[in-house]
Amino acid sequence: MQASPPAWTDNAALAAVDIACRRGDRLLFRGVGFALNPGEALHLAGPNGIGKSSLIRILAGLLRPFAGSVERTGAAALLDERPALDPQWPLGKALAFWAGLDGASAPAHEEALARLGLARLLDVPVRYLSTGQKKRAALARVIGQQAPLWLLDEPLNGLDRDAVALVEVLVAEHCMAGGIAVIASHQPFALAGLVRCELERHVP
Amino acid sequence: MIGPLGRIFLRDCALLVPGGRRGGSLLPLLFFLAVAMLYPFAVGPDAPLLARTGGGVVWVAALLAAILPLDRLVAPDLERGLFDQWALRGIAEEAVMAVRLAAHWLSFGPPLMLATLPAAALLGIDGPTLRTVELGLLAGTPGLAAIGMLIAALTASLRSGAALAGLLLIPLAVPILIFGAGSLTTGGESGLALTAAISLLLLAITPFAAGAAIRAAREG
Repeated sequence: MQASPPAWTDNAALAAVDIACRRGDRLLFRGVGFALNPGEALHLAGPNGIGKSSLIRILAGLLRPFAGSVERTGAAALLDERPALDPQWPLGKALAFWAGLDGASAPAHEEALARLGLARLLDVPVRYLSTGQKKRAALARVIGQQAPLWLLDEPLNGLDRDAVALVEVLVAEHCMAGGIAVIASHQPFALAGLVRCELERHVP
Repeated sequence: MIGPLGRIFLRDCALLVPGGRRGGSLLPLLFFLAVAMLYPFAVGPDAPLLARTGGGVVWVAALLAAILPLDRLVAPDLERGLFDQWALRGIAEEAVMAVRLAAHWLSFGPPLMLATLPAAALLGIDGPTLRTVELGLLAGTPGLAAIGMLIAALTASLRSGAALAGLLLIPLAVPILIFGAGSLTTGGESGLALTAAISLLLLAITPFAAGAAIRAAREG
C-alpha cells in the first residue's frame, strides 16, 4: 500500500526506438526498442559488459545513443552503483540534502527510511556504511525523488535476501501507483508482469 | 524557502569553506602563510628589500595557493554521480558551476585577504602598499577562482587531473598576476581595474565552459 499519493498526475511513458550504443569503437547493441506505459516494468537482462548500464544511461538522457531515440514523459530517477551521497557527511544529512532538493514531505521521507532499515544509521558517516547499506540509502533517495520513471541499474547488488524482497515489493508498489520501472540486472527479479528484454539478442 | 540552487550553494559552502569538522581544507591558507613566513628567512633581514618585494611575494603565494583546492572542486562529485543526479532533476550544469564558483571564491578569496594581514606584518609591508595588495586580491581572486574552477572541470575525468591542473593554472593566471602585482609598482588604479576586468571576463565565461566540460566528461 502506498502511504502518500504519487506526486505526478500526468501519465508517464517511456519508449525506446531502435537504439544502438557504441562505446569506443565497439558497437555494444543495436535495434533495442520497447514502449512502457504506466504500471509496466522492464527487466534488462544479459551478462556483464553487454551494455545494460549504458542503456540505462541512454534512457536517463545522460548518454547519447549512437542511433535511435528515447521518448520520455515524466521525470526519471536513477539508481546506479554510485549512491551520490557525500561520504564524509552522516547519512541523515546526506539524504536530507536530496530530500530538500526534491521537496519530499517529511513523513514520507521518514517512512522510506524506516522501511529501508536506515533509521538507525542516520548518524553514521556515509563512508562507514556497507555496500548494501549504501544501496538502500540510494533507494531512499530514489523514492524521495517521487519520479514516475525508475531506472534501476543492478538494484540488487550487495543486498541481503530480506532487502532483495523489499526492493521487489517497492518496485511493485511503484508500478501499482502508475509508475514505470526499468531494471537492469543479471540476477532474477521477481515482479508480476515484468517484461524481459534480453540484450544478447541485440548484439551485432 | 530556498530553491534547489540555494541548497546546492549551502552544500558547496559546507564542503569548501575552510574550518569546521567537515569543512574544507585549511591547507591553502597555511601554504600561503608559510610562503610569507619563509621568504624573509630566505632573503635575510633586509627590511627595505622585504617591503619592496613583499607585495609580489603575496601575489605569487596567492596564485600558488589557488592550485591546492582544485582536485576537490569538481572531480569527487563527478565520480560520485552527483552531477548525473542534478541533470536528472533538470538542474543545468552551468547553474551548478556558477553556484560552485561563488562558493569556491567565498572559501578562497576572503580567507586569503584576511591571511594577507599577518603576511604583511611578516614581510614588513607598509599601509598604502597593503591597501593596494588587498584591493588587488579583491579584484584578482575571483579570476583565480574562475580559472581554477574551469581547469578543475576540464581535468575532472582525467586520471592525473590534479597534477595537470596545477600546471595548467600557472600560465592562465599570468595576466592576473601581471596586472595585479603590477598595480603595486605603478601604484595606480589602472592595474587594479585591468585585474578586475580580467576577473569579470573569466567569471562570465567559466560557468558555461565548465558546464560543457562536465557534459563532455559524461560522454567519454
